[in-house]
Amino acid sequence: MAVTTSPEIVEKVRATPEERRATAIGIVLVAIAAFVLWVFALGVDSSFVSTFNLSLPGDPDLTWVVSSQVLSFVVAATIAFIGGWVLRRTHVKWTNLGLAIALSLFALAFLTWAAADKSFSLVGMLRSTVILSVPVTLGALSGLMCERVAIINIAIEGQLLTAAFVGTVAGSAWGIWAGLIGAMLTGAILGFVLAVLSIRYRIDQIIAGVVINIFALGLTSFLARRILSVTPELNSPGRFSTHKVPLLGDIPVLGSMFFNHNMFVYGTYILVIVLHFGLFYTRWGLRSRAVGEHPKAADTVGIDVYRTRYRNVMYGGLIAGFGGAFLTLAQVSRFEENLTAGVGYIGLAAMIFGRWMPFGALGAGLVFGFALTLQQKLGILGTPIPSEFLSMTPYLVTIIVVAGVVGRSRPPAADGQPYIKD
Amino acid sequence: MELALTGITKQFPGVLANDNVNLRVAEGEIVALLGENGAGKTTLMNILYGLYHPTAGTVEIDGKPVQFQSPGDAIDAGIGMVHQHFMLVPVFTVAENVILGDEPTKRLGVINRAKARDAVTEISRRYNLDVDPDATIEDLPVGIQQRVEIIKVLERQARFVVFDEPTSVLTPTEVDGFFEIVQSLKADGKGIIFISHKLGEALEIADRIVIMRRGKTVAEVLPKDIDEAGLAELMVGRPVDLVVDKAPADPKDVVLAVENLTVLDDRNRRSVDGVSFQVRSGEIVGIAGVQGNGQTELVEALTGLRTPLGGRVRLKGEDMTTASPRAMHQANVAHVPEDRQKSGLVLPFTVTENIILNSYYEEPLSRGVIMDWDEARDRATRLVEEYDVRTPGIDVPVSNLSGGNQQKVIVAREFDRDVALVIASQPTRGIDVGSIEYIHSRIVEERDLGAAVLIVSSELEEVMALSDRVLVMYAGKIAGEFDASASTTEVGLAMLGSADEAEEAS
Ligand SMILES: Nc1ncnc2c1ncn2[C@@H]1O[C@H](COP(=O)(O)OP(=O)(O)O)[C@@H](O)[C@H]1O
Ligand SMILES: [Mg+2]
Repeated sequence: MAVTTSPEIVEKVRATPEERRATAIGIVLVAIAAFVLWVFALGVDSSFVSTFNLSLPGDPDLTWVVSSQVLSFVVAATIAFIGGWVLRRTHVKWTNLGLAIALSLFALAFLTWAAADKSFSLVGMLRSTVILSVPVTLGALSGLMCERVAIINIAIEGQLLTAAFVGTVAGSAWGIWAGLIGAMLTGAILGFVLAVLSIRYRIDQIIAGVVINIFALGLTSFLARRILSVTPELNSPGRFSTHKVPLLGDIPVLGSMFFNHNMFVYGTYILVIVLHFGLFYTRWGLRSRAVGEHPKAADTVGIDVYRTRYRNVMYGGLIAGFGGAFLTLAQVSRFEENLTAGVGYIGLAAMIFGRWMPFGALGAGLVFGFALTLQQKLGILGTPIPSEFLSMTPYLVTIIVVAGVVGRSRPPAADGQPYIKD
Repeated sequence: MELALTGITKQFPGVLANDNVNLRVAEGEIVALLGENGAGKTTLMNILYGLYHPTAGTVEIDGKPVQFQSPGDAIDAGIGMVHQHFMLVPVFTVAENVILGDEPTKRLGVINRAKARDAVTEISRRYNLDVDPDATIEDLPVGIQQRVEIIKVLERQARFVVFDEPTSVLTPTEVDGFFEIVQSLKADGKGIIFISHKLGEALEIADRIVIMRRGKTVAEVLPKDIDEAGLAELMVGRPVDLVVDKAPADPKDVVLAVENLTVLDDRNRRSVDGVSFQVRSGEIVGIAGVQGNGQTELVEALTGLRTPLGGRVRLKGEDMTTASPRAMHQANVAHVPEDRQKSGLVLPFTVTENIILNSYYEEPLSRGVIMDWDEARDRATRLVEEYDVRTPGIDVPVSNLSGGNQQKVIVAREFDRDVALVIASQPTRGIDVGSIEYIHSRIVEERDLGAAVLIVSSELEEVMALSDRVLVMYAGKIAGEFDASASTTEVGLAMLGSADEAEEAS
């Protein structure tokens, strides 16, 4: 009766998207392996060693010395092996893991090459990675806070920038805690503006966000020139101090990397945990996610879609404000025009890379933090790479990530769509 | 205990969706609300549920007027609703969907998952629903999703339950199971409003039938006093012919040959899984099946909108597996898509522009880069006349037309040439009876002119009435093949996948 035949004899017309992606990634990995071999391994004198410092000044000395060439040979072989394995497409699901391992190895080979015949503070670099990841992670958390309720927040950049400005002024006038509070409130106010524009007036959310960013850049630049340059006392707020976490801070390498920082860094860790728990274990999280996935379903069970959106977008603003405060009250202690230089947009990329998950945002933040560190530290080492290329690194990583090297991830289903009642 | 809607009027911009409507239901009573698509049934229920605010009229419970600002108020007043389009979050589990908005919590707003799960299990057992609280909604068949909606309503202790077209997503056998659930709700003392446009179902389940036409309640009858023909006449406003009349088919050469076709859906699942069949010139082949069993992806693959993963599609012997939609059009394939508003028409475009949408680039409509609009208008004028499209003019946006007339615009555009193959998906979904009759007769006419016709519809009655041969799709495979004389029960069984299982067992 039925006319079905078994699927085994299906004559294939094309590969599945995953399979095509695996092929592309496999080819790229093999190319990377060849590059490592050519440039990093064959491009250095075989007698060179790279010396990595694994401790901060003042701590007991710890160094790792490795032959620059041998390490690059090993890395090239491993990446080539992974690339070949990905190309075979036997375990397409694990493509991303292979990619992650290969890229980490590539970064290691790169550092070894840059440090050939020199000594280089690896721990300093990792520590800086964590520090520079903070505004990116906070931006990503702010973004996911909004997108989980289906509001796209492009305005993170503007929120960070304005909050950083208010942080420095309020911090200089009334102390750093006042600066922190002022910065967070500023973020929340801009969040409220975004919420009104996109929820109440249903203006395209991307446009609303971009408008806020342009406004923030113009306003802070103007005020910086008019006020801060003539009254520099308003641009020296001081900094939040560094506290080493007892016990954890004494672990070699990891301790210096993660647990010897100011409260912004610890605050970010706590926020990641709290948001993860909040989103996936509490009533607030369930309702927020429902509003982002299927607002009408939420509405029909009596959840106030608009209120939920307003509230979460303002929470997102508070988080971005916290990130802005970090910039002027911890990282550097003064405001400059366009101080953020795109970190808010990178935060948005980190949110996507992190698949709208708090821990994902943290991990993605660290990847971007590493890229930002390369930009800063490698200039000091004096590699033959032109500094213009180095300063492109974070943005290149962003483009690669957003263009989907990490594979498609699923945003909240209603993301960016206004909810219309009646 | 009684729920009463009195004098409800709802004015949308340009549409009077409800016009002084009256409806009441007592506890332990099943009232069927019957009406054609667009009669205003859903609007009325959305008003009752607090989603819309009425322009005029009152809602009373036990004689006391109530005003619902939001669905939350309606739920608190004991009203539950199973919506026509389910209100479930696809990525949530059953339990999460059930408790959403009414969550059992521990300290700090932490959700008590154990309690949520127990609530689902308990209701599921009491009403014999057999639903796993931990399953994710998007993995469940629609029949089970509907039960989740029912559990949602029961968990909120509703006294009055509204079902908006609940049976349109179910197979005939599932409908029987659904009616048992409804009867047990009635036995529990709940007042039930059952919305449908299917006459037989209303007669079978209802204690009382209220009929709506063009926003008004036009009649209220008891099932014992009326039959299907009488209901149809009240619903449409004139006597209707419920059968398609056509001569026996005279199949000739194979036009469409599908071999082992496998197609992935947007989430990369094999939603069409090794399907093979043929359609000959001069016959209508119907594909029956509950929505979501791969029909959408099958049609997209056949019309060039989706590249298959594997298999072959041949048109008159020529390989068209990876052909583009335009190549299919040029091979004289007419396509009436499933969703006329999303993929059949450009809604803000005029009738003329929509009519030339598939041929604007050809002579004589365009010469080089220049369009000949006079020619286009001539064609539109001719087709509007020929296909009986009721429109104020050929230069009005097609969005101003009713669903039936929009569908006629598509049919006119697609059929106005020497058609070799017709692929029509849900050709009469959501349109008025007059247009249904007309479109059916045009499809039969194309067959008689020698076209091969493939009809895909989730309305089993439509497939049975129109087709010379019926294929049933279940879970991406062809689960059965029947000729026109097969009984609805037999085909309905195959739609559940049981024929497939029977075959595998043998
Ligand atoms: N939100 C809305 N805005 C404008 N018109 C609407 C809206 N909802 C429904 N309508 C119109 O109201 C009429 C009744 O629709 P509906 O209540 O959905 O009918 P039914 O459920 O009986 O098929 C239709 O003409 C429909 O187009
Ligand atoms: Mg309806």
